[in-house]
Amino acid sequence: MDIKVLGSGCAKCKATTDIITRVAAETGRDITLEKIEDMRQIASFGVMTTPAVIVEGKVVHKGSVPSHDEVLAFLG
Amino acid sequence: MSADITSSHHPAPRPDWVWHLGLVAFVAGWFAIYRQLPHWSEWLVAQLPVERASHTGEALAFFFYDTPKVMMLLTLIVFAMGVVRSFFSPERTRALLAGRREGVGNVMAAGLGVLTPFCSCSAVPLFIGLVSAGVPLGVTFSFLISAPMVNEVALVLLFGLVGWKVAAIYFAFGLGVAVVAGWVIGKLHLEGWLQDWVRDIHSGATTPGAVAADHLTLVGRYRQGMEAVHEIFGRVWLWIIAGIAMGAAIHGYVPQELMLRIMGSGTGGNWWSVPAAVLLGIPMYTNAAGVIPIVEALLGKGAPLGTVLAFMMSVIALSAPEMIILREVLTLRLVGVFIAVVGSGILAVGFLFNFLI
Repeated sequence: MDIKVLGSGCAKCKATTDIITRVAAETGRDITLEKIEDMRQIASFGVMTTPAVIVEGKVVHKGSVPSHDEVLAFLG
Repeated sequence: MSADITSSHHPAPRPDWVWHLGLVAFVAGWFAIYRQLPHWSEWLVAQLPVERASHTGEALAFFFYDTPKVMMLLTLIVFAMGVVRSFFSPERTRALLAGRREGVGNVMAAGLGVLTPFCSCSAVPLFIGLVSAGVPLGVTFSFLISAPMVNEVALVLLFGLVGWKVAAIYFAFGLGVAVVAGWVIGKLHLEGWLQDWVRDIHSGATTPGAVAADHLTLVGRYRQGMEAVHEIFGRVWLWIIAGIAMGAAIHGYVPQELMLRIMGSGTGGNWWSVPAAVLLGIPMYTNAAGVIPIVEALLGKGAPLGTVLAFMMSVIALSAPEMIILREVLTLRLVGVFIAVVGSGILAVGFLFNFLI
């Protein structure tokens, strides 16, 4: 599963990658996680608030650190 | 408003009525404690081995009363604003502002800047999101000026420490500066001074990345209010304590004559004190939480309101870190225009109040 976290390197963005990594490890899902900090790329996804999470090219979450349950939901 | 939505996330959901009742109990308890604060702080100072009338006693009384007062006010108002903001999102703001004419657009943008959830770390994607959707540049700037400047933390601190009149003046003139500065920038037609790549997105119209519309329950909104309290406190509590301690020191120790000599007093004070206050405010990196306790102490020592307002607005609206963030999407020339226009607006407010009062 291809996951991208968009955000310009703030503390919340790091917390977002951390929780995704943790939930993926707990549930044994195979993910590739990529952090995108370049503003041009972030803008190209059309999100207005960061951190945002992209799963398989689709925006699934934005504007906050997702909760454990939210991550479970979008890892499906 | 059913409890089913929350139960899918949480194994043992509290029924809605528990939340509503909890909120009522919290607000009632809040008012009961708030009314007792002056007694408790005096009692606390009386227990300490210092003379109440001494400099130290004065400073301590100020610190022990203002710290819990401000913290309590913040908790209540930030919670309420968190609930209100759950009705607004950047996407909704964009939809409201897209294609809006200048003038009306600037006024709406400044107002929405107060209500839309905003974090300066998202300033760049927000800026691009607005401009690419056809929100005029000047209208976008009105939003970007008012969002950090006119925020509930600043207003609560002003209300709690200085009084409702100065809070109301700050609110009205903060919005005024945002509307006028945005309008002026719009009139200058500086779209060509955006960074090239931003202009490309502008013309290319990216697809808005929409997440399935989230319909929040009332309890969900309470939760957002609580998250806002949690987040803002995590960010500002240290600033507030440092600011109030600083303010307490000014209260207790800085002689009034010194302040008056530096800042000038009332009408006809040093004319240069206002521009000096604006310049001094730009490199200072503190937020509303850190600067307002100091402002309160300065006012208490007789510093003129216009100079103090100008200093406060400059610190909050023209901070160096925000310039660096904006630099990513604006050319240096446009950042310069932004500083000049907003700075002039703040100067005007400063002179106006020094002249009036």
